[in-house]
Amino acid sequence: MSSFLDILIGGVFHAAVLFLVAAGLQLVFGVQKIVNLACGSFYALGAYFGITAVTWCIAHGMPPALFLPVLIVAGLVVGLIGPFIEALLLTVYHRDEAFQLLLTFALVLMFQDVLRFFWGADPQQLGDLVMSYGRVHMGAIQVPTYNLLVIFASIAIALGLGAFLQKTRFGRILRATAENREMSLALGVNVRWMYASVFTLGTMLGTVGGALVVPTAAASLDMPVELVVEAFAVVVIGGLGSMRGALVGALIVGLMRAAAISWYSELEMLAIYLVVIVVLVARPGGLFGKPLE
Amino acid sequence: MRTLQAVLLSVALVVLLALPRVLSQYHVTLVLPALAYAIALLGYNLLFGYTGLLSFGHALFVAIGGYGAAVLSSRLGLKSFELILLLSAVTAVLVAIPIALLSVRYVKIFFGILTLAFGMLFHSFLFKFYNLTGGDTGIRVLRPTLLGRAYEDLDKTTWLVGPFYYYCVVLLVVLGFVMWRLVHSPFGLHLVATRENRRKSEYLGVRVRFFRLIAFAISAFYCAVGGAILAINTGQADPELAYWTHSGDLVFMTVLGGFGNFFGPVVGAFSYVFLKDQLVGMTQYWRFWLGLILVILVVLFPRGLAGLFERMWARLHRSTM
Repeated sequence: MSSFLDILIGGVFHAAVLFLVAAGLQLVFGVQKIVNLACGSFYALGAYFGITAVTWCIAHGMPPALFLPVLIVAGLVVGLIGPFIEALLLTVYHRDEAFQLLLTFALVLMFQDVLRFFWGADPQQLGDLVMSYGRVHMGAIQVPTYNLLVIFASIAIALGLGAFLQKTRFGRILRATAENREMSLALGVNVRWMYASVFTLGTMLGTVGGALVVPTAAASLDMPVELVVEAFAVVVIGGLGSMRGALVGALIVGLMRAAAISWYSELEMLAIYLVVIVVLVARPGGLFGKPLE
Repeated sequence: MRTLQAVLLSVALVVLLALPRVLSQYHVTLVLPALAYAIALLGYNLLFGYTGLLSFGHALFVAIGGYGAAVLSSRLGLKSFELILLLSAVTAVLVAIPIALLSVRYVKIFFGILTLAFGMLFHSFLFKFYNLTGGDTGIRVLRPTLLGRAYEDLDKTTWLVGPFYYYCVVLLVVLGFVMWRLVHSPFGLHLVATRENRRKSEYLGVRVRFFRLIAFAISAFYCAVGGAILAINTGQADPELAYWTHSGDLVFMTVLGGFGNFFGPVVGAFSYVFLKDQLVGMTQYWRFWLGLILVILVVLFPRGLAGLFERMWARLHRSTM
């Protein structure tokens, strides 16, 4: 029973972080139709920058307990590189998908060294700050409060994002642009501005995700390339471009990974890719995606 | 253009054959991976350039070639390089067929992601099943015999830059010639037709999925041959061979050389290997510069080095006329 709860909480925590990155990927794919391999790099950037920001703040007299808001702000701030990256992607919007994918692959390579340049090759850690929030007893197991906070934060972001997309004027225009770019152009939507803001929002989701995970795991240079494939698994299982899909996909991948790690660790990633392949073969559009031609 | 191509080809061949006499051993050992990648990319471009399917998982087949060489030579004691090549490449084709059956229903990004998933599936298999695959350290590759000859009097490097090098050049020429015939055959034209207009070619009776499947299988064959050479050159087959970034490198090389040209991938393989070697020697931040070069390529020179050369040649030709 306790091991089941462990898996559940561990899996949901991982899913919470994965969801943020995958949601960013989905937003950008939904509107710009670009699959961004660099989403993992944004995630790692958020993680490293989060460490630096928290360390700096604590060195300047901030009470350590305030690290969570600092991490979120740090994630949002570093997400502001979004518009610059988008300006580069602008050159390939109307080009073949191969070039779009390659351009984001080039970004992955470049970010790898940007991270190495600023933070070095050794993994970085935030120490045991997590414990300053204490633990929560849940039946037979203890869970760090911080992990629960991250899960709640992710749920809040998911709800906020949903409300934003469904209820606000900007969200409606965004969905309309995703649906039919030419028509929204004809109706006077500023597509340029729309693209830049959507991409920045997607970037911020990734960087905040990375910043939130860093108190519980070290930030390393392997982070970006490893996370990309997981985020890909999430969006493929859920269906490219679907927010609901990102949520369900993240839960599936997160829980499966947690279960595999504790039961049969050899299967960790293997199981995830198997699910991806089964989903793609049985339902090519993913669980919530639009069916393909 | 035809005569120019023939002249360039013969020059390139002479240069390749003369290299071991001119260059230092170190540089010749660099040419070996370039030859390996050139073979792999000739196959890859049949799928990417001619059929228009962007695979982000072909490192899988390179890894099958590498691990094939490793398992056959050090676990099963098979020494003949010809048999190793054949068995690894046939294994790659056998693995490729079910993957292709599932993947070729899709095009564009879905094809890319599905192949990526298969590649990573194989990577995590290699990585996690330590007893079978040696985990992250991989498996050692022993020196095979070439046409039955063991060359036991040569030390490893002399063997690599000597008999093995010439063997690989011959392989490149033979496999290159076969590929040249393939893409200029009705089969190759069918592939281009399905790329250009799928519906129209279906209407004309082309069995699109079947042709894609065959192209996929052939590309796997070539990639496995390249992978076997790579692994013998390093003496080790490790899971990095199958990692998705390695697939990305394959695409990078193809675009660098220019996928619109038959020889583009070969040019790409050689330029990539030497470019990377130079950058690694100059700075620890070589990935950044490599990435920057890729950005510039994608944005400004999407037709790659071969495309650039073609354009310059055309301009030169017009001005002298």
